[in-house]
Amino acid sequence: MTELTATIAPTLAPTRKGKPSLFATLWSRANLFTRINLGAFALVLIVAATAHWIAPFDPDAQKLLARLKPPMGFAGANGTNILGTDQLGRDLLSRTLHGLQLTMAIALIGSLISLVLGTTLGVVAGYARGWFGGFIMAVVDIQLAIPFTLIALVVIAVFGNSLPVLIITIGLAGWEVYARIVRAQVLATSRMPFVEAAVAAGAKHDRILFKHILPNIVSPIIVVWTMTFSALILAESSLSFLGLGVQPPTATLGSMVGLGRDYLASTPWIALVPAIAIMFVSLQVLLIGDWLRDALDIRLK
Amino acid sequence: MSANALLVIENLSISFGRGDKARRVVEGLDFSVAPGECVAVVGESGSGKSVTAFSVLGLTGFNGGTIETGSINFRRRDGSVVDLARADERLMQSSRGDEIAMVFQEPMTALNPVFTVGEQIAEVLRQHRGMDRQQAAARALELITRVQISDPARRFTQYPHELSGGMRQRVVIAMALACSPRLLVADEPTTALDVTIQAQVLDLMRDLAREEGMALLFITHDMGVVAEMADRVVVMRKGRKVEEQAVAKLFAQPRETYTRALLNAVPKLGSMAGTVGPLAFGADPKTARPAPTVNAPLLEVKNLSTWFPIYKGLLKRHVGDVKAVDDVSFSIGRGETLSLVGESGSGKSTTGRSILRLAKPHAGQVLLEGQDVLKLDREAMRAKRRDMQIVFQDPYAALDPRLDAFEQIVEPLVIHGVDKGSALRDRAVELVRRVGLEEEHLDRYPHEFSGGQRQRLCIARALSLSPKLIIADESVSALDVSIQAQVVNLLIELQQELGLSYLFISHDMGVVERISHRVAVMQYGRIVEMGTRAQIFEAPSQAYTRALIAAVPVADPTRGHYQSTKTKELIPA
Repeated sequence: MTELTATIAPTLAPTRKGKPSLFATLWSRANLFTRINLGAFALVLIVAATAHWIAPFDPDAQKLLARLKPPMGFAGANGTNILGTDQLGRDLLSRTLHGLQLTMAIALIGSLISLVLGTTLGVVAGYARGWFGGFIMAVVDIQLAIPFTLIALVVIAVFGNSLPVLIITIGLAGWEVYARIVRAQVLATSRMPFVEAAVAAGAKHDRILFKHILPNIVSPIIVVWTMTFSALILAESSLSFLGLGVQPPTATLGSMVGLGRDYLASTPWIALVPAIAIMFVSLQVLLIGDWLRDALDIRLK
Repeated sequence: MSANALLVIENLSISFGRGDKARRVVEGLDFSVAPGECVAVVGESGSGKSVTAFSVLGLTGFNGGTIETGSINFRRRDGSVVDLARADERLMQSSRGDEIAMVFQEPMTALNPVFTVGEQIAEVLRQHRGMDRQQAAARALELITRVQISDPARRFTQYPHELSGGMRQRVVIAMALACSPRLLVADEPTTALDVTIQAQVLDLMRDLAREEGMALLFITHDMGVVAEMADRVVVMRKGRKVEEQAVAKLFAQPRETYTRALLNAVPKLGSMAGTVGPLAFGADPKTARPAPTVNAPLLEVKNLSTWFPIYKGLLKRHVGDVKAVDDVSFSIGRGETLSLVGESGSGKSTTGRSILRLAKPHAGQVLLEGQDVLKLDREAMRAKRRDMQIVFQDPYAALDPRLDAFEQIVEPLVIHGVDKGSALRDRAVELVRRVGLEEEHLDRYPHEFSGGQRQRLCIARALSLSPKLIIADESVSALDVSIQAQVVNLLIELQQELGLSYLFISHDMGVVERISHRVAVMQYGRIVEMGTRAQIFEAPSQAYTRALIAAVPVADPTRGHYQSTKTKELIPA
């Protein structure tokens, strides 16, 4: 046996000492592109938070003499409105900054609501199973079958139109996706031998859930979050379009695109400026999600 | 290429990945296969044996590999020679299934689930032989009969999921035979099968190869299978050929140290005759000790039954039960190993899980030191779990991928609040050293360990609470043979030092003979025979036990081939 051990036992690479913090690990796993992207996203958040101070004009102030001015650098630009003006002569840069603020608030808080709600219910449905799990999944199926705008109409008709109601409504729009995926993941993970080993060692439910199951299903949750984030931005704009969302003249990125649509052929920048902002933010979220998913996976090095 | 060779592989190198990440998995391999000859390529996981098999079928690229150098010359039926390493895809498609056929490890995935087995065999004939529907169907039926499947006419119209594992592998063999290939490449064809079925399938393959004059390139990790099947053996390790010998010579006088080590690690059935207790591989038979005699057994299982209900229809009506464990009784003494052997589906794992209440027993008693653990409430059961631990089959799945080795090992201690802080660290260090790992390993994550090391971690975790009973559920089955020997030795050593009792659940009779004091044989959820190791292995009273032992491939080519005619009557395929 000794010669066997000598010939077959694999050699291991030198080990690392101590454990770095989670943030240090995540940062060390970000390449240059990801770091730039993270910086850019931080900038977006700062700009959105400080829109009131950095916007050059009042976003709702109309100046009919300076209507439909193109962005700087194009023929006919007036020099004071950097990104041009819309059909009512409102400054597009200021509107975009304020719109960004509101849109980010709605999308971030709304997606967080669906994430927490959906994950919690998914975990309960997957871990407890039984009649309550079945009931949750029935609710999921019902919500998937009913058009979201119908639910939104009812909610806003009952509770009135205000920003908190809007955010909660949008949050309620996405939870069922999380619930479904999380339930399936919990079902699969809770049958893994390492979970059984924990049970056999005498672990209680809370330990099994928070120490073993949840950390192992973080990846799909992040993927769903990044994929639904941009959908939430658009959900808000469709609600605004129906008159259920944020009311004019208050700007959100989605409603700006909606209003700019009529002018797409003649003055395309009215829709393009907020559309590019939406695209930029969605792309950032997707890339950050990608990085988080890989960086949190201990197996990928 | 010499005039009488069928397949000549020369200086073959295959790598996976590109650029910096490229990894050579086969390097400078040479060997040849003569017509009608059976060449076994044997090696442990990562030796490159399967990659070699796939390259002969021209499937290297399919798996993401590249042939870097070398040639694979194959003599076709018309006498012309083609280099399969360079052949274009059209030529490969015409010879694959026609002149060269393959049998895979997992017959369920090798068959298409949406076609009947008859259609799938006929498809091969229509593709390569241009037969019409009726001709092909008639020939397919002939082939199914040929591979000795009972009731061939009915099987013809069945889907793969309706057949047993052994029958499915027979169907795959029938497909491979359809065009009378000159070379049959078999990649671990019996590894997924039960031992009695394995014996029958090996028998069938050997007979068919002889009758058809077909050459066999047989890929396996099992030295017993090599001894049963091969004329010549190529031993591979880390992509290189270690040794090539005629089978009798290889077993009698292995030239290389690695081959010798590999052969020593193979449990040989019958080699333990005359010893009184478990014996580590390579140890002196005199050191074997019988189980200590203590009056009260540690564990008594009385009339244990675990049934899984079957529900049918819209209203989930209860229509019956699968009696996974049916009225099973046994006891285990302190410091004793009782092995539970049986084929898949015999209920041996469910028995182990029922004792730990990982499965819910339907009736019976499980007395640990006289206390019925099935009657304990949740808190009392949690406390009682300190005395009984489990080591699973797949050490990768049994470790949480997101926790490092330290956290895994000490988890039971943390759960029961046994140690804290630096005491926890000290205990973890003691445990990893105990199972043959180092302190520095504690900071690593499961994916950074090899399979054997992972299983050592699982054992360390099971030991952390100083249990009295460890249930080892196929704990060494997924490991390479040399690693398996090390882990078995570790288990025996731990038992002698700590006085542990084991319930050792396994399908591998060779390992069972090594490690057991007593053996219980299970079939269809019941214990059919139980006795001391000597009784079971040397004088089994039940026909099923005899069949089980007879079916084990023996790593000794001089013993002659196993005659499966006896088991054929005993066990339906």
